[in-house]
Amino acid sequence: MKKLLLVGAALALGGCQAVVLEPAGDVAIQQRNLIYIATALMLIVIIPVMVMTVVFAWKYRAGNEKANYDPNWDHSTKIELAVWSVPLLIIVVLGAVTWTMTHLLDPYRPLGRLDSDKAIIANVEPLKVEVVSLDWKWLFIYPQYGVASLNVMAAPVDRPIEFSLTSTVVMNSFYVPALAGMIYTMPGMETKLHAVINEPGDFDGFSANYSGKGFSEMRFNFMARDDAGFDEWIESVRASEEHLDRTLYRKLEAPTVSDPERLFGSVDPDLFDLIVNMCVDPAKMCMSEMMAIDRNGGLGLAGIHNTLPETGLSRGVARASVFGPAPRYLAAICTPDEAIAALREIEKPEVRDRFKRLTSLNLPQPHEADMTPIMIADLAATFEELASDGRRTTP
Amino acid sequence: MMDRAVFPEDVEFHPAEEPHHPEGSSTMLGFWIYLMSDCLIFAVLFAVHAVFGASYAAGPAPKDIFELELVAINTAVLLLSSITFGFAMLRMHMGDKKGTLIWLGITGVFGVIFLAVEIYEFTHLISIGATPQRSAFLSSFFTLVGTHGLHVTFGTIWLVTMMVQVWKFGLIEANQRRLSCLSMFWHFLDVIWIGVFTFVYLLGVLQ
Amino acid sequence: MAAAPLPEVISPIFGRLTFAALPLNEEIVVVTFIVVAILGASVLGAITYFRLWGYLWREWFTTVDHKRIGIMYMVLGLVMFLRGFADAIMMRIQQVWAFNGSEGYLNAHHYDQIFSAHGVIMIFFAAMPFITGLMNYIIPLQIGARDVAFPFLNNLSFWMTTAGAIVIMASLFVGEFAQTGWLAIPPLSGLDGSPGVGVDYYIWSLQVAGVGTTLSGINLVVTILKLRAPGMTLMKMPIFTWTGLCSNILIVATFPVLAAVLALLGLDRYLGTAFFSAEFGGNPMVYVNLIWIWGHPEVYILILPLFGAYSEITSTFCGKRLFGYSSMVYATVVITILSYIVWLHHFFTMGSGASVNSFFGITTMIISIPTGAKIFNWLFTMYRGRIRFELPMMWTVAFILTFVVGGMTGVLLAVPPADFVLHNSLFLVAHFHNVIIGGVVFGVFAAINFWWPKAFGFKMNQFWGHVSFWFWVVGYWVAFTPLYILGLMGVTRRTRVFDDPSLQIWFIIAAAGAALIAVGILALLIQVVASIVQRKSLADETGDLWDGRTLEWATSSPPPIYNFAFTPLVHDIDAWTDMKERGYKRPLDGFGPIHLPSNTGTGVIIAGLSTVLALAMVWYIWWLAALSFVAIVAVAIHHTFNYDREFDVSEAQVRETENARTLRLGQAIPGSNAGQTVPAE
Repeated sequence: MKKLLLVGAALALGGCQAVVLEPAGDVAIQQRNLIYIATALMLIVIIPVMVMTVVFAWKYRAGNEKANYDPNWDHSTKIELAVWSVPLLIIVVLGAVTWTMTHLLDPYRPLGRLDSDKAIIANVEPLKVEVVSLDWKWLFIYPQYGVASLNVMAAPVDRPIEFSLTSTVVMNSFYVPALAGMIYTMPGMETKLHAVINEPGDFDGFSANYSGKGFSEMRFNFMARDDAGFDEWIESVRASEEHLDRTLYRKLEAPTVSDPERLFGSVDPDLFDLIVNMCVDPAKMCMSEMMAIDRNGGLGLAGIHNTLPETGLSRGVARASVFGPAPRYLAAICTPDEAIAALREIEKPEVRDRFKRLTSLNLPQPHEADMTPIMIADLAATFEELASDGRRTTP
Repeated sequence: MMDRAVFPEDVEFHPAEEPHHPEGSSTMLGFWIYLMSDCLIFAVLFAVHAVFGASYAAGPAPKDIFELELVAINTAVLLLSSITFGFAMLRMHMGDKKGTLIWLGITGVFGVIFLAVEIYEFTHLISIGATPQRSAFLSSFFTLVGTHGLHVTFGTIWLVTMMVQVWKFGLIEANQRRLSCLSMFWHFLDVIWIGVFTFVYLLGVLQ
Repeated sequence: MAAAPLPEVISPIFGRLTFAALPLNEEIVVVTFIVVAILGASVLGAITYFRLWGYLWREWFTTVDHKRIGIMYMVLGLVMFLRGFADAIMMRIQQVWAFNGSEGYLNAHHYDQIFSAHGVIMIFFAAMPFITGLMNYIIPLQIGARDVAFPFLNNLSFWMTTAGAIVIMASLFVGEFAQTGWLAIPPLSGLDGSPGVGVDYYIWSLQVAGVGTTLSGINLVVTILKLRAPGMTLMKMPIFTWTGLCSNILIVATFPVLAAVLALLGLDRYLGTAFFSAEFGGNPMVYVNLIWIWGHPEVYILILPLFGAYSEITSTFCGKRLFGYSSMVYATVVITILSYIVWLHHFFTMGSGASVNSFFGITTMIISIPTGAKIFNWLFTMYRGRIRFELPMMWTVAFILTFVVGGMTGVLLAVPPADFVLHNSLFLVAHFHNVIIGGVVFGVFAAINFWWPKAFGFKMNQFWGHVSFWFWVVGYWVAFTPLYILGLMGVTRRTRVFDDPSLQIWFIIAAAGAALIAVGILALLIQVVASIVQRKSLADETGDLWDGRTLEWATSSPPPIYNFAFTPLVHDIDAWTDMKERGYKRPLDGFGPIHLPSNTGTGVIIAGLSTVLALAMVWYIWWLAALSFVAIVAVAIHHTFNYDREFDVSEAQVRETENARTLRLGQAIPGSNAGQTVPAE
């Protein structure tokens, strides 16, 4: 019964689109080949085991009086040796293959070839694509072309692609089965994927890690085109009037399901960096900045109050934990220039007060006349006040 | 089947005397295994602290907030309480009920002092704004030290219960066994604290 | 949408619990509730009508007898298994339905709860009670003990597990369950991703049940180490006891990790700490690592005892000593140790780097060596055996044929580059159902059919057993082979709607398979009922229906409360076969009184209060949480003031019980293969 099913399944598989077994990208093809190799290696043991099971079960059934019966036979060094060493040998081989292939197909490793016949062309720069998973859609930024697209991406055939990936809030997994294996996208972190597509066509891309309500619809079209087709597509994106900057990006962050494809003719060049560092909101401290400060021992007691209340998240209401304080975020420490500019332009006291903090950080003081060194306690009080006032105006 | 040849055919099938497993005969082993599983909870919290110990989120670092003198005093208090518990156990083995109770009482007082100092430390930190929410470092610090503190709290409640039971029922076998378990628990907390003092406080301040 | 906005204001009396928490606008839930309410009311009504409350309370709820607790675990496991299967059927129907622009019949809010609940319930509240129940019942008998080392703790463990199950069941009708998947990985399970009560239900039900599991693990480890019959050295322990020992060691060594990591998630949600949110220096991947450090050994916790059961069954029904006993023991121990250093294979795709991934991939593959050795040892036990194909043996053969395929796909997934294309796909789903159904579920059914006569004194109905067997085995392959294929077609797990129509046929086949399994489950239930109805004709008076080899078959079926009137002296691995071969004669005189632990209601009370505490914490009803917590401490302390926890079964009672058995043995069919001289009265 089961065998029949398997055979039937195998036949049926031939007729359907088993994209994992028939991919269009060299990385995915090598991964597919590895599946075949590993399966073949394991069948060396699996098939005999299944055959032996059936044969022994039949031959030594109670009804068969002719078969040997040896109730006290419970040890054979030869058999023991075989049943431990044969699987061991297979695992040694498979382990060696695994070690090599895992390094060769490491998503962080730049490609060594275009496909089994074509080598890398030295003067062709890999296509860089910056990928962001949002709730519940995909944003693709093309830094080399200064354009971006939502829920659709294109890539030229036979040109290495270098993906840099991150996420806004929730973990997702970037997966185009025809192209290459998947890689997680995680908030505040950047992952890498190197791949190449060898055949033109439209392929499915999606999130392969459950990420909430709109996860099922979080799909995009991966368009593999020849060079001319790709350039044409880039031109069509450039034709879009929309400019993707911090403000528009924060609107995009609002959770939506089944967003239509969307093109952005121009994009802020540092947007991806800001997303990875979770500081698209200029009021927020960048992760890189925070980590640099932490490496130098933090900001001391003064730093305790370097937080401000979160009042308007673009992705919705910020949740306060029941026993915790109101949601807060880590305030950015701006450069002295920014501070001076802000102080001159905005007379609001909460903005002016904000920069008093700089004194305790021993940064150059932006406004000598106004600022005197103040005590930590005062600083704390200032921030407490600010906290009760709500969100400050950002410079 | 090899074994079988060794035994004569007329082997006994039941031991001459029924093996006796009185209630509590396995308690010490069971309690020890429990302590090891509890130790794993602390292992996780130590590991988490190892990861987040320097994630100050541009906030305070250990050197800014820890008062080592206070912690050193607290360490001394807890170590002393282990010694006094040891005295209580010595008295127990001598069958001296009053002496056991006195030493247990002293141990309990040390436990309460330890907790009082820890509560003071926590409230002080929270009052200056170094709350568990401020950074991952503070989250893991409060959780690790707080979990230890909770253990000491339960240990103290247990200790008071034991004092009542020893006072009411004397140093009967069951109470002796329970005191031995409590003693293991108490020393275990001491060992954990030495880890906390070394890895969280001392190494933290040195960073 | 049932996701009624939760009140921003927390009432001092009712917390965040309001009428809006009742999912009255989800017809499916309302209908389910009505059905459950009617069923529940009729069961409770029947208990009241037949005046069974007193009996249940005295003889079952408060019992500290490992045998009765074992049976209660099995009942709990079966009830929760039905709930988990209902979830599975709903998923299968949704995935058939949601094509060609159709949304199916489940919205995201409902569907996402269902797959989360399915995983949690099947692992924690079906599989775990099943294996704990089996170990509870069998291990003390196999090692010739009178009970477990800590009988009261055993009762408490059971009720804590039940309390966890009650909490998770409550989430079906009051509020919602987590919509996060069965491991509730942050940031999705954090407050921003999951603001409702669902994840809190998840955390508290697992924390409460986890206390029970950990205590039960400690209990069984100590039982095995301390209470073995004289002569039973470690290397003469029955193999089921060995695997049980390893499984319980794993429980003790991993469940605290789960408790700690769930506590950290709880702190993030209740206190707003920064463990798993990157903004204040935390990192969600710490959670992923920690939960899989528990999660991977967990699958070995589930499978190891059933490996033991398969070994006992193979050896018994082949009428042959187990081939390579020591090799089996070493394989079990190696698996136990290795299971700790493979957790990262659950997230190769995080991008840890090639060397780290290779390391964890290769350690995972190495586990297949001892597992393979075990399978060969079962095969060579069959070799030159005389195999009686009773139901337990049929399940065992089905297991071997099914499990090896799951093992193969498992090794495949352990190859990181292959995992990169198969991770999180339906291929993965098919793989772990392949090993969990093929290994754990088949094993549980084999074990139930094998040990049921021991527990109740009569064999199980064979006809319905065979029906159940064939529908299950065929149903399994029909249901999960399509998932392997869909995985190769690049379909991801937990997807709710599809737009590629070529996938639909496979989902239809899978749903048909699920329907076959449903028939198999129904047949199992009928089998249980039919067995009870026909208990007279199926009766076994010998206590040794299968010509068993280990000590549990040396006593009557069901065993007397004290298990053995005289503790056996062990000379061989197959102690009971050894005794039979040497012409063992059951002693008919010389009985003495036997000490046994007394029943107590403390376990029920503490678990009941824990349920209240958990629900109060979920719903932010602080006064009730504080009250129930204080009450738990008070009840626990009060319990310690009771020093008199044992009673004596008098010599006369023992004599009466044993004489009755002697009489029954005499009446049993002559020529039965009990191998026991019937003593003359």
